Amino acid sequence: MKRVLVGFAAVLLLAPAVSIAGASKPTITIENPGECIAPAEEMRRNHMEMLKHQRDRTLRQGIRGESASLNGCINCHASKTTGSVTGKGGFCESCHSYAAIKLDCWDCHQPKAGKKHATAEEVKP
Amino acid sequence: MNEPQDKSRRGFIGTAAAGVAGLGTLALAPGLHLIEVTQANPTGAPSQGASSKIRWGMLIDTAKCVTGCDVCVKACATENGINETLKDPRQGSQWIRKIDLKDPKFDRTFSLPMMCQHCAEPPCVDVCPTGASFKRADGIVLVDRHTCIGCRYCMMACPYKARSFVHQPLTEQNPEVPRGIGCVESCNFCVQRVDKGLKPACVESCPEGAMLFGDLNDKNSEIAQRIAREATTQVRADLKLNLGVRYQGI
Repeated sequence: MKRVLVGFAAVLLLAPAVSIAGASKPTITIENPGECIAPAEEMRRNHMEMLKHQRDRTLRQGIRGESASLNGCINCHASKTTGSVTGKGGFCESCHSYAAIKLDCWDCHQPKAGKKHATAEEVKP
Repeated sequence: MNEPQDKSRRGFIGTAAAGVAGLGTLALAPGLHLIEVTQANPTGAPSQGASSKIRWGMLIDTAKCVTGCDVCVKACATENGINETLKDPRQGSQWIRKIDLKDPKFDRTFSLPMMCQHCAEPPCVDVCPTGASFKRADGIVLVDRHTCIGCRYCMMACPYKARSFVHQPLTEQNPEVPRGIGCVESCNFCVQRVDKGLKPACVESCPEGAMLFGDLNDKNSEIAQRIAREATTQVRADLKLNLGVRYQGI
């Protein structure tokens, strides 16, 4: 048992060294530089919590216009070449693929900026 | 979930958070705060949200609804980004559909749009195992896709066949109307428009003015006045679901 534990500890100690050597850091391009809704350190650590709480308030309580929103993210962070935050080198995807976290927000939400939303007035005959 | 249940506890936490914020940001590490201080919205204050004082409803006059016209269905598809090319046409999402009816005895024919009836006692909400199917404080019944597991129990429970399931990956959603594979969806009274003070797309588009949208709880609203004055019908009223959508001439 003791040997197993020692072996496990050795793996834990080695693991960071291996990952640092093996993977290159993600490159993040900010297309529209400016002030985000919170400092970068806070955004990096807490953006998922901000979005999660905001989405529940918006969807379930109908509170609209809060600072954190996926549409807000893409307005600043969508790539100027692809128009999207997903895909290779996309703002969201570059970090998420580095961290090996599956990104499924954009299965339902539109990842491209500036996609026009046709209004009911336009379809009126 | 519609409204906070334990107000005193929330109030205390809020006060405590405000106190901490007043002392300065309590940071454990860069970016790691003990209590997250909500950022002010730079573009203006967030809206108040859905109110239980309002109950949104719709009144559809079948005498004005034209057989063969599907402008409302098209407007719904445009507004909500229902534009996918289907592998199997039977799998298409129907948030609203036109139904042609005929009285076999007298050959009377008429047409009506059918969609989610926004029940006050929705069976889809009763059966949902995850709480994804829910009713907002203002009576709009909708699906929280974040918690929907796609079991389709609500589709079985709905007496109006109002819900659809998305079978294939989608890419051309409208920014304000997220929808995607593996979730159940249905008419939500164009909640993104209603929250802006607009009418649902189908109501806005109807060339005959056959659809009326408004607050059933407001006695002075046009819809409440007409329901008080004229005969209206709830489809399958025997189920006692207290529908938000009412019809005339059926």
